[in-house]
Amino acid sequence: MRWPGAKLWAHGVLGMNRRNAHYLLVHNARRLYPLVDDKVLSKELARKAGAQVPELFAVIEIQRQARELGRLVADRPEFVIKPAHGSQGKGIVVVTGRRKQLYRLADGTIADEAQLRFHVSNIIAGSYSLGGQPDKAIIEQRVIFDPMFEAVTYRGVPDIRIVVFLGVPVMAMIRFPTRQSRGRANLHQGAVGAGIDMATGRTLTAVLGNDIVSEHPDTGLAVAGIQIPQWSTLLELGARSYEMTGLGYQGIDIVFDKHAGPMILEFNARPGLNIQIANRAGLVPRLDLVERNREKLVRLADRVEFARSSFPGTSIASGEGRAAAYAGRSGTRSL
Amino acid sequence: MNGRQLSIVVGLLVLIGGGLFAYKVLVFEFPLTPQSTTETWRVDARITFLAGGGPAKVVVRLPQNDDVHTIVDQGFVSAGYGLTTQRTENNREAVFAIEQVAGEQTLYYRAVIHRSTQQRGPRPAPEPQVRTPTFESAELAAAQSLVGAIRRRSADPRTFAALLVAQLKEVKRGDEASLLLGNDHSIQRIASLAADLLQFAGIPARPVHGIVLRSEQRRAPFEHWLEFYADKAWHSYDPAAMNPEAPRDHLPWWRGKVPLVEIAGGTRLDLLVSVNQADELALSSALARGREIERRLVEYSAFGLPLHAQAVYRILLVVPVGVLLLVLLRNVVGIRTFGTFMPVLIALSFRQTDIVMGLALFCLVVALGLGVRLYFERLQLLVVPRLAAVVTVVIIIMSMTSVIGHKLDFEAGLSVALFPIVIMTMTIERLCIVWEEQGAREAMIRVLGSLFAAVLAYVVMNDAHIRHLVFVFPELLLVILAAIVALGRYTGYRLTELWRFRALAD
Repeated sequence: MRWPGAKLWAHGVLGMNRRNAHYLLVHNARRLYPLVDDKVLSKELARKAGAQVPELFAVIEIQRQARELGRLVADRPEFVIKPAHGSQGKGIVVVTGRRKQLYRLADGTIADEAQLRFHVSNIIAGSYSLGGQPDKAIIEQRVIFDPMFEAVTYRGVPDIRIVVFLGVPVMAMIRFPTRQSRGRANLHQGAVGAGIDMATGRTLTAVLGNDIVSEHPDTGLAVAGIQIPQWSTLLELGARSYEMTGLGYQGIDIVFDKHAGPMILEFNARPGLNIQIANRAGLVPRLDLVERNREKLVRLADRVEFARSSFPGTSIASGEGRAAAYAGRSGTRSL
Repeated sequence: MNGRQLSIVVGLLVLIGGGLFAYKVLVFEFPLTPQSTTETWRVDARITFLAGGGPAKVVVRLPQNDDVHTIVDQGFVSAGYGLTTQRTENNREAVFAIEQVAGEQTLYYRAVIHRSTQQRGPRPAPEPQVRTPTFESAELAAAQSLVGAIRRRSADPRTFAALLVAQLKEVKRGDEASLLLGNDHSIQRIASLAADLLQFAGIPARPVHGIVLRSEQRRAPFEHWLEFYADKAWHSYDPAAMNPEAPRDHLPWWRGKVPLVEIAGGTRLDLLVSVNQADELALSSALARGREIERRLVEYSAFGLPLHAQAVYRILLVVPVGVLLLVLLRNVVGIRTFGTFMPVLIALSFRQTDIVMGLALFCLVVALGLGVRLYFERLQLLVVPRLAAVVTVVIIIMSMTSVIGHKLDFEAGLSVALFPIVIMTMTIERLCIVWEEQGAREAMIRVLGSLFAAVLAYVVMNDAHIRHLVFVFPELLLVILAAIVALGRYTGYRLTELWRFRALAD
């Protein structure tokens, strides 16, 4: 009998142990982790490098300041409160409007200032950070999500994850929230993930759980074959993220703002492995290829070009131009 | 380079650990499996008295090493007392002294005694002095007559002693024995008088006082028997059973016509001796007077520690086994648990409660705690107060379980108190967070994963063979360390990943 993992190995699937031992431990210096784990710092890194990020309005670091929340957001009709050390969208509150003393939240509920202050207090006390460490609360610009994927998605916002190794974008996917995932873009929780052809920026067949799907389960629209707009820009953002954080192996999450275009939402020093399922391809061969050509991949343009030419997708379904059709629709979505 | 270093480290660890292990097994013949009959006993003597306010002095006779018994460890607890030990002709004595003391006083003497399983003849001893006792007129005549009659019928000291004790036990009103014994026909009196009469007849002899090494004796009574000297060695004679040999389960404690404890400057002396079989493996070959190097090896192992410390090490030494298991479960199998080593700690508390009860109690406390925690969520408490509240609730639940369990005559209910409270609280907290953020399914997967790991760790850590091996051969921890280090570079798939990525395997 063959070793049960032989098939996975033949497909170059990267496992958790191997990711940790060969990539995280080797290429991600421990001292760089705080840079990406703290969203205030990583936002600053990205901004300095000229990348678009949601504008930072204020940072609340101590409990006393939570009282000034009302004053801090006095002239902001829309904003987002999130923990600096949060992950997986935990503890994020999106305010989409206000009427007198009341705030309207993205999920349609209404909150008063005391409730928001309490949320800020909770963030500072560490409710949403790893290990309950005291945290900072960030108040930042609310991203008005580009409605280009509006029709495909059920609530929530699709985001694009690019895994970048030594400055070369090696794999990418787009995640569409579903009813089952409760608006979250997490494959574990039932979001649809579609791999992206690195050469063209067009989505490949998608995966829901472990099943291959070509349509979104809630909207019934095709998720394969969608052209991601501004693909070159995204590849370039991905490649530049290496210089921003210094992490050899990382994931970046990108969303499209209606006005500003692609924005980096988050860096991830321990990107997940589900991207392989969405792409129906293993990471190992791509990572090996980058490592072998390491010397040649210094200039940004070379790295982007390398990504385009070396990692073409394996299957492309029909449905060309769909994204363009969706792009015409109006309306905004938020988290 | 890294790989080679790793192999060297792992190889060295295995070599040292395995080598020591093999040496101890092959050369010293340390037992590989736990033996059922333990021959180690723990003896505690508690001495209480009421001190008069002035200086106090307490003399306590202590047991000694002999042919059969080895005192592996002993200690005194005597706050404020000066302690000296001294040797008298027959005994070893501890003298507690204090300048000024009043009120209730408690002194402790504790010993761990190993009993050899080997049968040996009596050890040669130097010829003792005969101290001829003095008898008063009528008694002197009775003694002379009794000893004379027995001497005519006996061949050697052994038969002399047997006949003498028989005479003393089958006492008839009005005969010499009855005159000598007086009203006291107890074995103690018989042993003491027999020793006197033996000495009177020119045979060195002494009464011996000791206890029976039997398990679970809270208030061990003292037994009395007789020793006489013949053929350059001491022999014992048990007057109670009329046996020429004192039973093997008797531990001689002190000898002669002195009491166990003598006290000056105090009243209301009370003595409590308890005996228990120590939960220890009979490393008879190693522990009982082995070769010098062997003895050193034992002394510098966990066996050299006092008994209560040994109990701690018994638990500590088995933890790495559980930890190794967890490394396997997490990195090779890919089971998700709460906290890295939380299951090991849960498994440790299962050891105290037994597994079924432990699981039931654990689930009960976590479920109730989770309910309360979810309610606190509604009250919108901040993190630290919320955690503190959950700790308090966990303790309330635990004590209620104990009280209700006790009322229902349900002994296991009490053992819930042995669960690590903080661990329970953190489990509840994390369970709650996972539940909210990743859904009930993920939370249940983690709970089941943790419990599965805990049960498995419990089974492994509670296995008598494994416990025996790591305690007797702590060098095996080096081998475990080697395994852990080697697993630290295991970069293959986790078993659960075969399932997770199954879509990619076609």
